[in-house]
Amino acid sequence: MIDMPMIATGQESANKINTLRFFPGRCVRCGRCWEVCPHGVFAPSEKKARMAAPERCMECGACQRNCPAGAISVDAGVGCASAMIKAALTGSKEVTCGPECCR
Amino acid sequence: MPGLYRLGNPDRSSPVFVSANYTLSFDALRSALQDVDAYILVLDTKGINVWCAAGKGTFGTDELVDRIEATSLVEHVDHRRLILPQLGAPGVSAHEVKARTGFSVEYGPVRAADLPEYLSAGATEEMRRVTFPLRDRAVLIPVELRNVAFEIVAAFAVLFILGGLVPAMIALTAVLAGAALFPILLPVLPTNDFTSKGMLLGAAVSVPFALYYLTTGAGWTRIVYATGTVLLMVAVVGYLALNFTGCSTYASRTGVKGEIFRYIPTLAAMAVMGLATIVVSVAGSILGWF
Repeated sequence: MIDMPMIATGQESANKINTLRFFPGRCVRCGRCWEVCPHGVFAPSEKKARMAAPERCMECGACQRNCPAGAISVDAGVGCASAMIKAALTGSKEVTCGPECCR
Repeated sequence: MPGLYRLGNPDRSSPVFVSANYTLSFDALRSALQDVDAYILVLDTKGINVWCAAGKGTFGTDELVDRIEATSLVEHVDHRRLILPQLGAPGVSAHEVKARTGFSVEYGPVRAADLPEYLSAGATEEMRRVTFPLRDRAVLIPVELRNVAFEIVAAFAVLFILGGLVPAMIALTAVLAGAALFPILLPVLPTNDFTSKGMLLGAAVSVPFALYYLTTGAGWTRIVYATGTVLLMVAVVGYLALNFTGCSTYASRTGVKGEIFRYIPTLAAMAVMGLATIVVSVAGSILGWF
């Protein structure tokens, strides 16, 4: 998923409740993260973007995929218990949002 | 259905909107753009909506790049700009599309209905946010009910035959609370996660039944029935609430994983204990064990 190798810097901002990580040292101030985030996690700023509300992150992966500088990392996935439980019980890969669910 | 469509009378400078081959996505876009001359580039998402398809990657960079080529989009317009729905962003890498096709990607608002305002004045913070209002939660109720329809009928029938109307009503109430009442009450239930909200709701709807058992007879079996009812209803509604995470617009995988590990053992224990106490006391009183 991650295009570039991630280098942990002293400025890395992570959080304890999800897998979202932001590396401000790499930010190029394009504003894409603000544009794509459906929950206002990132705030645009004159200087670098900043994680305004990391706890609202739903790990959709939009910011990571659209950050041209590789300044964001998140373990993207779908927060669907029913799919996870089904996968755990049948030992299969997680399947979500098929024709029978989440159209 | 995937392909390039004309809306009104587009010319070589008209905007290009990207959508999914999901009827509701396409229709929402078309009705929002009634007065606009534009092109609509429909990606092949196998009939799935933009957001879910983006999560799966079918509304994705590769499909967009292929579709731009397959429809010879460059021959229809002089500009090199695409407007995508914001919720397509989890599947599309804007800079990669630019590098591979020359088209720059602009993410429009979350809701197609905001497009006219977006086109004239740009995006507001509000347009970029996904919400989960009552209307959106309510439309999920029939889906939820259909998913548990067989279980409802089976549980009602079996319990009605074995125990009469009250146990059958308990099962029906628990499932309706989890599948219909929970989506409606989601934001007003206290606590932060889905499962505990559901467990609270389960406890609330179990009160009348517990009171019924405690007030319509004496003896310890009534206390056992009441306790078992509360345990079972909390477990069932809690479990249904946990399963609602995938329908919500904000649950994260890490959060849901945490809930599964935190609550499943408790829910299972409550269900087993509730069931066991009731079964033992019913069997005991029939067989004269006590």
